[in-house]
Amino acid sequence: MHRVGMISIWFFIGVLLLIYGVLILGAGVYDLSNPAAHPVVRSDLHAGIWWGILLIAMGVVYSLRFRPGRGK
Amino acid sequence: MQAITAQFPLSFLLQTAPSRLVSLSGVDIAIIVVYFFAVIGIGFYLKRYTKTGEDFFLAGREMTAWVAGLSFLAANLGSLELMGWAASAYQYGILATHWYWIGAIPAMLFLGIVMIPFYYISKTHSVPGYLKLRYGEPARAFSAISFGFMTVLMSGINMYSMALVLKVVLGWDIHFSIWVSSITVAVYVGLGGLLSAIFNEVLQFVLIWLGALLISIIGLIEAGGWSGMVARIHHNFPAQDFTHLWRTMGSFSDNPMGIHWVGIVFGLGWVISFGYWTTDFLVVQRVIAAKDLRAAKLAPIIGSAFKMAVPFIVILPGLLGLALLPPGFLTGETQAIATGGHSYNEVLPIMLARYCGPGLLGLGITALIAGFMSGMAGNVSAFATVWTYDIYRALFRKQAPDAHYVSMGRWCTILGVLVSIGTAYFVMQFRSIMDYVQQLFSFFIAPLFGTVVLGMLWKRATPEGGFWGLLTGTFSSIGMWLWVYLDPTALRYIALSSQAKPMAENMFRALWAWIICVVVTVVVSMATRPKPEAELAGLVYGCTELPSEGHLALYQRPIFWAGVVAFVFVVLQVIFW
Repeated sequence: MHRVGMISIWFFIGVLLLIYGVLILGAGVYDLSNPAAHPVVRSDLHAGIWWGILLIAMGVVYSLRFRPGRGK
Repeated sequence: MQAITAQFPLSFLLQTAPSRLVSLSGVDIAIIVVYFFAVIGIGFYLKRYTKTGEDFFLAGREMTAWVAGLSFLAANLGSLELMGWAASAYQYGILATHWYWIGAIPAMLFLGIVMIPFYYISKTHSVPGYLKLRYGEPARAFSAISFGFMTVLMSGINMYSMALVLKVVLGWDIHFSIWVSSITVAVYVGLGGLLSAIFNEVLQFVLIWLGALLISIIGLIEAGGWSGMVARIHHNFPAQDFTHLWRTMGSFSDNPMGIHWVGIVFGLGWVISFGYWTTDFLVVQRVIAAKDLRAAKLAPIIGSAFKMAVPFIVILPGLLGLALLPPGFLTGETQAIATGGHSYNEVLPIMLARYCGPGLLGLGITALIAGFMSGMAGNVSAFATVWTYDIYRALFRKQAPDAHYVSMGRWCTILGVLVSIGTAYFVMQFRSIMDYVQQLFSFFIAPLFGTVVLGMLWKRATPEGGFWGLLTGTFSSIGMWLWVYLDPTALRYIALSSQAKPMAENMFRALWAWIICVVVTVVVSMATRPKPEAELAGLVYGCTELPSEGHLALYQRPIFWAGVVAFVFVVLQVIFW
């Protein structure tokens, strides 16, 4: 999209990934300190933690790279 | 190709699955709620940018190749497709990958390189609109009415399917799911039109990948990598080959799908695949919204590259189920109903619940909801365009201000959603209709491909030839279906074997319908007067001056990237032969 003033879709995606990353990382850390009674298979991998970090990293990059007013 | 090929008997789900498969935590629900706010917020934001008909129906023709390409793929990537093909992978093994590779990639590349220039240069608003320019009003009217009817019907069926899956997986009330999801889609498409649909489809595409990818990653770790997974499958099922694409296709009896390579190559790889990917306006609309011809040509090529990777999040979970779940844990429908166990149709949510704890589970469920909504929004936005431009403007009100058509598009979006809701409730009462409608949809695809491809590549095709070819192709397809429905022994004539499965019957019926359409078009065209070549400029190969790409560097040319994708496609066939 090249329309003047329009926020890029990638910015929306970045913000959403950032929010999701924080929520999932938070849930992963909580799960680490309070293990579930019936954990998922391979819970030892702590997928929530590193997936949350990945989402936060992607969210930060996209939010900054495509933030409103930055221009092309 | 969800509308044509997904074989996912959802009515079965109501007969089994006594309780929900998974329970959501607070953080899971928060993730889902945030998603709904995001898509509606995008719709409200984009309303200010959709003032003209070009904005509302074609997103201003300003999409970059990446946005158009991802949206092109997302409109097809419904959750019914994700769950259906994961189930097929559990049932048939890696053979299900054919629907993502030979059943998609060649057609998508053909669309990008050969057909898009004519769609784009002609400045048509739709596929029926192209038929109007090439063959005249009768062909457009027939195509538009049949497309509009089937699109709304499919939208309703997808809506009902989503509600059913959410009921089984999460225990949600069916009416709640239908109304919340459909109102959400109506709001964001009604406000922002195709622009909003495309923006949300890109968002949904990202969420589908991030939500489903973990299943494959953790599954491969648990299985000991690809070789470990294959060894486990061979150990669990020593009598069958689930892990080779072509090696077992020499005979109907050698593979779990009971299909021959001729059916896969010519039925799936040619008629059904090319028909869907090159003429179904649901997907083509995303491409002709591109900002220029080069972006429009690149969009399907980008989509094809991602389409090649989709088996990683769809087929692989099914294969991992074969490797890691106890043999017999998932069974066929009849046995699952009798024993109260689980069917292979539930393999994707079962694998999701196997690996994903709080938070990740919410992301996975959001991916499923996003898939359903992208498919539904695709149907609704395509319906609004075809209804407004190809039915309402063409048949009822030819001259009206642009704002009137935009208003009609918004109301039509709401109307389309309401009709879809009605269809969903209709299907709920008569569930077997779902099976038939999926076949009915295919009636219109194969003949339409014959009509469009002849129109683009053969300048001798006449308006009369195009119309009668499309008409006879469509009705002969419906006739063949009725024949087998009323007299099942007719299957041996249609599918060349009395043992043919429904999937094979669909492929052969599509092939016959395409052949009939082409033959009738050619015969009638030879007997009637062709249009002057001057009227075919911009519409037909040989009468259209295609812009040169000679000034572009090699890596900037669509044909180069099409070659790259084609090369990877061939390599994948060899690797998994």
